[in-house]
Formats: sequence, structure tokens, C-alpha cells
Amino acid sequence: MIDWPVFLSPDARLAFWTILCGVVCNASCAIIGCYLVLRRMSLLGDAISHAVLAGIAVAFLLTGSLAPLPVFIGAVTVGLLTAFLTQSLATWGRITEDSSMGIVFTSLFAIGVIIVSQIDGVHLDTDCVLYGSIDTAPVEIITVAGYDIPHMLQILVPMTVLTLLFVIAFWKELKIASFDPLLATTMGIGASFMHYLLMAMVAGVTVSSLEAVGAIVVVAMLIVPPATAHLLTDRLGWMLVWSVAIGGVSAVLGYWGAVRFDTNVAGMMAVAAGGQFTLAVAFAPKHGLLSRAIGRMQLALRIAAEDVIAKLYRLEEQAAESTNRVDVSRKECEHLAGAGWIGRLAILVLSRRKQLATSASGQWHLTTTGRELGRSLVRSHRLWETFLDENFELPPDHLHEPAERLEHFIGPQLQARLVQELAQSRTDPQGKVIPPGEAANDSEHAAE
Amino acid sequence: MSTRTLASSRRVLSRMAESRTSSEPAAAPVLDIHDVTVAYHRKPVLWDFDLTITEPSLVGIVGPNGAGKSTLIKAILGLIPLTSGSVSVLGQDFAKQRKLVGYVPQRESVDWDFPINVFDAVLMGTYGELGWLRRPGRKQRRWAMHCLEKVGIADLAQRQIGQLSGGQQQRVFLARALAQNAKLYLMDEPMAGVDAATEHVIFQLLRELHDEGRTVLVVHHDLRTVPDYFDDVVLMNLRLVAAGPVEKVFTPENLRKTYGRRLDILDDAGEAMRSRVRSE
Amino acid sequence: MEYNTQIVLAGTSLMGVCAGLVGSFAVLRRRALIGDTLAHAALPGLCLAFLIVGHRSLPAMLFGALLSGLVGVLIITALRYGTRIKEDAAMGIVLSVFYGAGIALSRYIQNQSTAGSKAGLESYILGKPAGMILQDLFLIGGTTLACLLLIVLLYKEFKVVLFDSQFASVQGWPALRLDLLLMAMIAVAVVIGLPAVGVVMMAALLIIPAATARLWTERLALMLVISALFGATIGGAGTLLSARFAGLPTGPVIVLLGSGLFGVSLLFAPRSGFLARWLDAQNFRTRIGEQALLCELYNLTEPSLPSLVELDRDTLKSQRSWSDNELSKRLTRLNVADLIKPSDNSRITLTPSGYAKAAQVARAHRLWQLFIESYPDSAPDFTDLDAETIDEKLDQEIVVQLEDRLRSAGRLPKTTHSRTRETTQ
Repeated sequence: MIDWPVFLSPDARLAFWTILCGVVCNASCAIIGCYLVLRRMSLLGDAISHAVLAGIAVAFLLTGSLAPLPVFIGAVTVGLLTAFLTQSLATWGRITEDSSMGIVFTSLFAIGVIIVSQIDGVHLDTDCVLYGSIDTAPVEIITVAGYDIPHMLQILVPMTVLTLLFVIAFWKELKIASFDPLLATTMGIGASFMHYLLMAMVAGVTVSSLEAVGAIVVVAMLIVPPATAHLLTDRLGWMLVWSVAIGGVSAVLGYWGAVRFDTNVAGMMAVAAGGQFTLAVAFAPKHGLLSRAIGRMQLALRIAAEDVIAKLYRLEEQAAESTNRVDVSRKECEHLAGAGWIGRLAILVLSRRKQLATSASGQWHLTTTGRELGRSLVRSHRLWETFLDENFELPPDHLHEPAERLEHFIGPQLQARLVQELAQSRTDPQGKVIPPGEAANDSEHAAE
Repeated sequence: MSTRTLASSRRVLSRMAESRTSSEPAAAPVLDIHDVTVAYHRKPVLWDFDLTITEPSLVGIVGPNGAGKSTLIKAILGLIPLTSGSVSVLGQDFAKQRKLVGYVPQRESVDWDFPINVFDAVLMGTYGELGWLRRPGRKQRRWAMHCLEKVGIADLAQRQIGQLSGGQQQRVFLARALAQNAKLYLMDEPMAGVDAATEHVIFQLLRELHDEGRTVLVVHHDLRTVPDYFDDVVLMNLRLVAAGPVEKVFTPENLRKTYGRRLDILDDAGEAMRSRVRSE
Repeated sequence: MEYNTQIVLAGTSLMGVCAGLVGSFAVLRRRALIGDTLAHAALPGLCLAFLIVGHRSLPAMLFGALLSGLVGVLIITALRYGTRIKEDAAMGIVLSVFYGAGIALSRYIQNQSTAGSKAGLESYILGKPAGMILQDLFLIGGTTLACLLLIVLLYKEFKVVLFDSQFASVQGWPALRLDLLLMAMIAVAVVIGLPAVGVVMMAALLIIPAATARLWTERLALMLVISALFGATIGGAGTLLSARFAGLPTGPVIVLLGSGLFGVSLLFAPRSGFLARWLDAQNFRTRIGEQALLCELYNLTEPSLPSLVELDRDTLKSQRSWSDNELSKRLTRLNVADLIKPSDNSRITLTPSGYAKAAQVARAHRLWQLFIESYPDSAPDFTDLDAETIDEKLDQEIVVQLEDRLRSAGRLPKTTHSRTRETTQ
């Protein structure tokens, strides 16, 4: 049992070292995993993490020990072999990529299992491969520079540093090879070479984390934090940072959960990662389900509100010259806004925004600001109808529908451009007057 | 059908420089495609294709669907294996001339969900000259910004590529190609599915590139605009039908050989031309 | 043979049949790894069932596994359609997170329970066929039979959905439901196989026999049969081998036998096998090369017909992009076939029989060229690099028409193949 930092209680120390191992382990996986997820190669990560077992087994067979270097070499070799065979079989063997991957990695895994079964006892026990041994990390100690640290940090820390260096050094190569491999190839930045280099890193990261969390939770650490991060940001750099952070949180929560429920740390880390992923799916700003639903609702609300305004404006147009405003009952108002609670909410919003007002008799009418908005909407609508009519051979009754939809999205800028395009912008195809725009108001009056 | 047009001159040397005086001694041709066949299993996609471009030109490549136009571009770039024949760029194998060739692929070839912004994407055009491990520095960044300005999307520099319209995406590709500063540009349907304004920008750009002495080869989808945009045209349908200056080569005869009888507009044009010739 | 071994033998063979049948659909659907995903996702269900029931009851645990696996598949589908997460990431996430939950539950159970009533999760991950008893055999047999029945009954429905699910929907077939049914069958097969061969090996069994069968036939029905047979064979042989060499775990042995079989098929299967295709490609290349050479020889000889003049080798070489080596080899071959007469190293003449063949090839080439020009729309569909197939591929009428045009341009080589009457030469 490790006896420092001294200011922590023994229990806290246990937690500290275990979590530290978890965080470091997750970090290296998260960084490399980002590229796997972006390149749609998540399952190749799964394949490699199974296949490395064969690499470890062969290394043990050849060297009689589980020293880090031969194990690492064995794992990377098998990892590259997996990637290479998968690709070759798919290209030359005329089988699909997914079948090819399945056959290759399960066969390698089978070889690994058979070799292991032939070796008696020793370190290579199945428990470790399945469950990981991070729970006992603080107990397996080695001494480095006079300090006791968990044995697995000896492998995890260098691996994480290597991963960081790799990504920093090859930042632009990884970027272009992942984004546009065709272009990369034509530029001489071998997309193939980068692919295999990345796969080698995947194998390295996998095998170094194997002792900690076992063969399959590694996949969770490779994929889940990056997938979560992808929902949270649109920048590659931030995606990497978020992945590492989420991985770290998984380590902490995983440990806590394992202690609370008296179970295995690696498993709980995977569950914690899954939990964060679910939260992101639901609540991520911009890409989460909730925010998308809210976005849709906001749009529906805006359209309903604008529909009321535009229709009231049209009613005012049609009304006799003398009247300067049209009153409608609340019920008619709601009817104009469209069915349901969205309509009612729209009217509420409009009166809040002072675009609709009530008179003493309980009738509703447009305010000045409301009228401005209505004029702009109707202008958009009729400009668009005119544009369609001038440029496309559409029957007259086909003009209203598209204009009805688009009037909500045509702003003053696009209006100005339309005016430039049109032969004339005074009346629409049905002969109705196109209301002038705001700046046009002045310039038109000036011209007259 | 006259003997001359049937002449199976398998090596149609495109005399692209016919109408222009060329006082240069025999410099290496910009592009030399010799006897190229590309086949998938037994089906030829390109068949005994010969084309030589001797001078910097602005060339449109047209042909029906399945004619092998994209395949031609990819064959030049070494992206697909040749069943037979050879391609040389400026006198050498393409592999040796990578830095001199710029590629603008079709928009579908890229993952637009990738988390980078417009500036980043255009900066990628400079990676080829930087080589391995070196980072883009101030010079490259300034150059990338310059290219963005040239295609008119400088204000979109910080925008995520996934949030762009079709026309904007195409301009990003173009800016990236400009950043490559190549001598030979190969573009695969750059004007497909873009709005009129973007098409105009693209065309201006192609003109400028040509004026700067570069060769631009464009797979073009719209026959009607070929005479407006290009000086030279290549008509192909698996094989080369004709190549040369637009005035000489872009005739109803050749178009019929390339496209068949599907295009009424060309039949009308052909008729009109024939009736005019007859009456003269 | 021992009673126990007999049971295991029957069990694994039947499982092989089931996996072969059901796996064919997964492989054809390009969802080969769904078996892997299902197998991993089934684990928490196993454990939960154990917790709920309180003791190790195979039917309950299998049912739990099935539910859990199906929930996983549903989540994958939901993620794919509802978010920007792609299918491969979705599968990886479900696979690993469910598995993590599974091992967490398993450890929890181990820590809670008194000795002797463990869920024995290891046996599901790595498989323990020795534990198979007669009841299990019935379960496996019943499942296999049910799957077989479903496939036979709904054969044409599955076939349509497999090939083009959009088309199927349009035609009125409930494509989505049939798809789910297929998924359910795969899930059942996977879950049944878990106790015997374990997670990873089950995933393999779903893929390998089917992929191997695919190399031997193009027809779905035959593929299903072959796949089932292969599955049974490797299941049985694997069991026997591992019984013979005690200490070899059954699951991996079965998988490796399967891979071996796959590898052999990959190399030697007629038509799809590597060897067959390579030989075919070589033959084809030789033919095409020979045709190209003959065509050139004809072109160069044509102006001075009817005499067969001597041709210069360098002129010949400059017409095409052949290397010296290639050209020499091809010329040698023609010489051996008595089609040319080389007077010395650099001059070649066509023999009369060579001329006849060359004229044939030239005719075909020129007809193809004209065809591409005249019928540009059809060109991509009909053209064939092998010039000599022109008479089979094109309609006789069209050939006659094209020949007429060539003739009036003075470019129709005189051959015995011409469809129209020729004037005597």
C-alpha cells in the first residue's frame, strides 16, 4: 500500500491513486479515440483491442515474461496486422469490410486464447483481461526515483505522453488525412501511412490500458468520451480537450460508483462514460435532443406569430381607405395564428412585444411596430412571388405556396438583392402593390 | 459520315495552340495522356484515351454520364490504377510533380461533419509544400487568407464547414486549391449545384488562373455554358471524341457523336446551322 | 464416444447450423459485426436476470440476455437516426458500455453471493461447452428449427428486404418489421450460443460460415445451405478436436477451423477465389494485349493491301505505350502461333492466317468505336474490352448497320465474320 501523499487518509490515498491511474489511462485513449470516431473507425478500435491479446500471448511465448517492451512490440505488430489484413481482405478478397474485420480479429483473438490456455497459471489470468486490475492498482507498487507509485503508471504515463507528442507532432497530417484522404494522397501526405501510424498508436494505447481496465472497457474509453465530446463542440482542438476531461470524470465517477456498490472499477468507469454520453445526447447545446426540440419549437412559434401579423396587415390593406386599423376578436386572432397552444403562446408573445394591442372593447389590432413587421413580411412575400414569376415558368397558382413559406426567412438584405434582380418591383403577379422597404421609403420619396 | 471524322486516329493530338502563336521551343507538354485504358473487370471506363496539352489552357471536359470524366481526373492524379497506358505531368510522372497539381474534388467526397472551420480547411492547401511535421507559419496563414479573399468568403473564415451552403462549400474547395499554388488544376464539376453568383465567381477565378499561366482542366456538367467559360474543350465518351478550341471542336456533329440524339437543343442548333450553311 | 461429448457435439453442430443460417443475412446486410455487438450487449441482461431470479436459471438468463441485446440494438438505431453519431460509433458505444455494466453487475453478484452460486460470467464470455446438458440441446435444437422454419416461410420476403429495402417498402412489404425480425433471430442465435462458445466466438460463428459460403455461390438459397453445412462441420470438428486434445478450449478451435476453411476458400474457390481471379485476369490481359497488337499490325498493313508488307518494329512500338519487353513477348507469342513472320529483329510481316485474325480484330475494334460514337447512351453498358465479343453483345441489326457505314467509308476489314455479303476482294 502506498504511503504518500501524507496529507490524505489511507482511504483517500487509495482513491487518489486508483483515480489517477484511471485518469491517465482514459486520457491516452480519449486522445487517440477522437480520430477513430471522426474517421468512422470505432469498430476497428474494438477489433484491435481484442486482437492484441494474441500479440501479448505470442510475446509471452517468445520471451517467457510480460516485460513491457516485448508486450508492446507484440501488441503493435498484431494491431498493424489486424488493420492490414482487414483492409487487404476487403480489397483483394472481395468481401465486405465489416465481414473482413470480424473474421480477422476473432481469429486473432482465438489464437490468443488458445496460446494462453496452453500456458500454465502465471500473470496472464483471464480475470485481468476481462475485469481489469485497476482496483488493485495502489497495491502493486514499484519504486521510481525513491517514490512508490502504482505499477501500472509506469506504462500508462509514458504512453499518454507519447500520445500527446504524436498528436502534436502530426497535428496537420492527422487532420488532413482524416478530413480528406484523397486530397492528402494527391499531396503526397500518404493517407495510408498516417492510417497505419494511427493504428499502431491504437494498439499501443490499448495494450497499455489492458492491464488496468481489461480488453473491452478499453473500447469504452476509446470511443465514448470522444463521441460525447463530438456532441459538445465543433472544433477539433476542443473535442480533444473535452474527451480527456470526460474521460477523467468517468474515472472519478467510476471509482465512486465501484466503492458505493461494491463492484468492479473498470465496469463502473464504462458505465459512467455511458451516463455522460446519454446526458450529452439529451442536453448538449446545439446537438442535443433537447436543444434541437427547443429550436424547432422556437421556429414554430416565430412562424405562428409572423403569420398573425402578416394576415392582419393584409386585412388592413383590403379594408376601406378610411379605416387605419382593423380589429379582430381574440378568437379570430387565435385562428389566424394556427391551431393549438402554439397559436395562443404566439399571441401572448406578440402582445408582450407590443406588436399587438387590445382596445377597450377587447378586440385586437396591430400596433405601429406590428404594422412595420407586417409590411416587411408582405413585401418579402410579394417580392419572392415576382421573382419566381419573372424567372421560372410557373403557373400563377403555384407562386403563393413557396412565397408563403419563404417570407419568414427573407430579411431586408435579401429583399434589397431581389429588388436589384427584378425588372420591376412595384406590383406582384396578382397586381397587388409591393409595400416599400424602410430605406426604400426614403429613396423612393426622394426620387419622386 | 466523312472519312476524316471516322479516321480512327487513336492518337488525337490536341492542337490546343493552333490558333495561338507559339514561339517556345518544345517544352514538356503540360499534360500528356497516352493510350490510357481504365477498366473495372471487363468494362472499360476509359478506352485508349489520348490527350496532349502543350500550353497553359482553360479546358472544359464534357461528356454524358458514365463517360469516364471523373475517372480521367482520378487517373491523372494516380488515385486509380491504369489498366494500360501512361500519364505524365510537365514531362514527369505525376508522383514527382505532386506539388504542381491542384485538385478540386466533388463535394460529396468529404465529411462535412468534421470539426474544422473554413480557414483551417483552406490552410490545408499549404500542407503539400510544407511537407512532413512542419507547421503552417505566418506566411502560410497570410496566403490562406489571401485565397479566401480571392473567392469572396473571407468573412466566413471562422465558420464551421458543416454550416455552409453548397455554393460556399464549393468556394472553400476552390480557395483550398488556390492555396496549393499549382501549375495544373484538375477540377471535378466545380459548378454543379451552385447558385448563379458562385458560378460567376468561379468562372472569374478560372480566367485569372489561366491568365497567370496555369492550366485549368474542368469537368463541366452544363453544355450550354461551355462556349462562355472555356477556350478549349474535350469531348469524351469512354474514348476521346474531339479536343481543341471551342470554335473548331464544339460542333453539333461532335456533340452528336458524344451525346447521341438526346439533346433537342443541339439538334435544333445543328439544324439551324445546316440550314444557314445551305442557304449561304 | 462419451455421452457428454455426444451432447456437446450435437449441440455445437446444431449451433453451427443456426449461426450459418442467420449469419448469412447479417453478412449480406453488411451488418457482420452486429453479432459481436449483440453478444456484448447481452451481458447485463444475463446478470440482471440472475439477480432477479435469485439463482442460475438458464432460460431466465437467456431471456434476460435477449432483452438486453435487443435494447442495445434499439439504442443503436435510435442514435443513428436521431443524432449526429454515426453507426459504427453507436455500435462501439453500446457494445462497450453494456459490457461494462455487465461486468460491474457480475462483480457485484460475486461479492454479494455466498460461495457456489456465482453467475459464472466467465463461462459466457469464453464459453464452456462442457457444461452442456440435454435440456440445453433441446433449446438449441428448437431454436435452430424455429429459425429454419421462419426462413423457409418468409424466404422471398427476406430476400426482397435484403436486396433493396427501399424497393421493398415501396412494394408494400413491411421492411422495417422484417428487418427487426431478422435482428431478433440474430439476437436469439447469439444468445443461445453464448454459454457454449462465448461472446467473441459467437460473433465469429455468425460471420465465418456465411462469408465462406458467399465465396462459393451467387445464389441466396444455395448460400444458406452451404453456410449451414459449413457451420455444422466446423462446430462438430472443433468439438472433436478439442475433446481429443484436452486443454484446447472448444470455442477458439471452432473459430480457427472456420478461418482456415475461409482462407482456403478465399484462395481456391472457383470464380471468386483469389487464384481463379488471378488466372482469369492474366488470361484476359494476354488476350487484350494480343488483340491490341494484331489491330496495330492490321492498321499498318492496311494501306498497302492486298500485299502483306513488311512492318518496322519501331513504328509499331511508337503507336502504343508498350515497353520493349512487353512487345517482344507478344511478338514471340504471335510468332509461335504462326501469325507473323519476323524477317529479322526489327521487321515483321503478317502471315495469311495472321492477316485473317488481325482483320477480324480490327473489324471488331472499329465496330466498337463506331458504336460508342453512334449510341453514346448505351456505350457504358455494352462495351467490352474483349473486342471479339462484339457479335454476341450487339444486336445483329445494329452490327449490320455499323458494318455498312464502315464499308462506305472504306474502313471495313474483309473477314469471314462479316454479317453482310461482301463483294469479292
